[in-house]
Amino acid sequence: MKIRYLFITFIILSIISIFIGVSNVSIWDIFSLTEEQAEVLIISRIPRLLSIVIAGASMSITGLIMQQLSKNKFVSPTTAGTLDSARLGILVSMMLFTSAGLFQKMILSFAFALLGTFVFMKILEKVKFKDAIFIPLVGIMFGNIISSVSTFFAYRYDLIQNMSSWMQGDFSMIMSGNYELIFVSLPILIVAYLFANKFTIAGMGEDFSKNLGLNYRQVVNLGLAIVALATASVVLSVGVIPFLGLIIPNIVTIYQGDHLKNNLPHTALLGAVFVLVCDILGRVIIYPYEIPISLMVGVIGSGVFIYLLMRRRKYGL
Amino acid sequence: MVNIMNVSKKYNDKTVLDDISVDIQKGTITSFIGPNGAGKSTLISLVSRLIAEDDGQIKVGGENIKEVKSEELAKKLSILKQSNAINMKLTVRELVSFGRFPYSKGRLKSDDWAKVEEAIDYMELRDMQHKYLDELSGGQRQRAHIAMVIAQDTEYILLDEPLNNLDMRHSVQIMKTLRKLVDELGKTILLVIHDINFASCYSDNIIALKDGRIVKQGRACDVIDECVLKEIYDMEFNVQNINDQRICIYFD
Repeated sequence: MKIRYLFITFIILSIISIFIGVSNVSIWDIFSLTEEQAEVLIISRIPRLLSIVIAGASMSITGLIMQQLSKNKFVSPTTAGTLDSARLGILVSMMLFTSAGLFQKMILSFAFALLGTFVFMKILEKVKFKDAIFIPLVGIMFGNIISSVSTFFAYRYDLIQNMSSWMQGDFSMIMSGNYELIFVSLPILIVAYLFANKFTIAGMGEDFSKNLGLNYRQVVNLGLAIVALATASVVLSVGVIPFLGLIIPNIVTIYQGDHLKNNLPHTALLGAVFVLVCDILGRVIIYPYEIPISLMVGVIGSGVFIYLLMRRRKYGL
Repeated sequence: MVNIMNVSKKYNDKTVLDDISVDIQKGTITSFIGPNGAGKSTLISLVSRLIAEDDGQIKVGGENIKEVKSEELAKKLSILKQSNAINMKLTVRELVSFGRFPYSKGRLKSDDWAKVEEAIDYMELRDMQHKYLDELSGGQRQRAHIAMVIAQDTEYILLDEPLNNLDMRHSVQIMKTLRKLVDELGKTILLVIHDINFASCYSDNIIALKDGRIVKQGRACDVIDECVLKEIYDMEFNVQNINDQRICIYFD
């Protein structure tokens, strides 16, 4: 697949996304916007588009980095406890500071996501049975344990409702003023691109990296930090979007190989396109109501995931 | 020159290498032979700083490898391990280009690419350079890895069982290539090898290990000797001179 086609698809979907919604703004009005229409665009539609694109791209790329570093095609923020840890971090920040600001939430959520991912990687080192399916199952169990801790404390402290808003990714609440945190992901994506070669080498193992004079530990830790930071910023501003980090990099690998530097632009674009499609469908299917993005991505994503698993049996991926 | 001085290594309580001292001359091929578990791979991993020694010192080109930065050492010494089984989907060319990482840090310049091209041609991988590693046979993959080491262009090259998975034709081809690297380019090569006839025919010096100690070291023709081999492997050998090469016959 040429990146050019992917880019054109991306542009078309972006335009469609801006002009879908309950308030009537049509593409033909673009040069004669009423004040009301302009406001809808600036306060709601454009922030929504930006957060969709950034969330889609960064969640896909975190998945790609995790898969390279763990040498397992099915490891991602969803299947390594990263998302669950980030959510636990938000809960802890709400318990510690009664009126936790975005900053405190961000710091704690990042710290927990990092810690959780790190623990998972340690478990991975200890586990001798490195089957491609077994490892993500361990990760899902690990994530569920963390999640159960979150739920327990959320019940105790009457924070269940608050929590659930981070359980489900949802773009309908995105408005200018409450989503800007997601821009934290942008510099992270640039760092990811600059270190792409090093991640690929680290993915080939510790001995391989040492031979080339690469500090393996340092690169792995940097990778995990990128993953944790991007995950925390997306969970806080949009909520959990499952499966993205799992399926998008795998689809790209099928037609593009595993050289990270070549894959990053494809993965970012395809991730954005996938979320755009899911979001547009979610907004149209029960119009004028909306299906939350986590549900849409969950349904379509799990279907794709099952396909990838079946395909793997056939081709050995 | 590689100097190994009083080196010991233990895994938990098991002594794998016991007070090893040996000097390896520049511009030679030195083969490490010995039965499984003799400590050959451990020794070569120590020299290439993949693992750290418990005791003793290793110098490469006069410098203690512990005092040289890892990224600088990567320009002087390269190691190819037997366990370099990669399940990543990379093309041959991409893999070989990683050999230039110590110099380019990932941004290859035109002279880096020239070295990559050279290495690809040296290992005759031109027509499969755009294939993914997982589409290749074991032997082809091994050649791609060796091409990467050649692209790394280091003075010292360490290989842990480079003939694994290779048929006779490719084994001979690899050993000839190694010989050429030493004779034409003045490289110094250390390798762990199981086939003692390959060791006999292509190396200058042989170091025989058993139970973590050196049993015998010297010129290839001195180590390939019926008594010495019997001591190392606990079996009978019949060594014959064929076309000026010492060939071992060890089939009962």
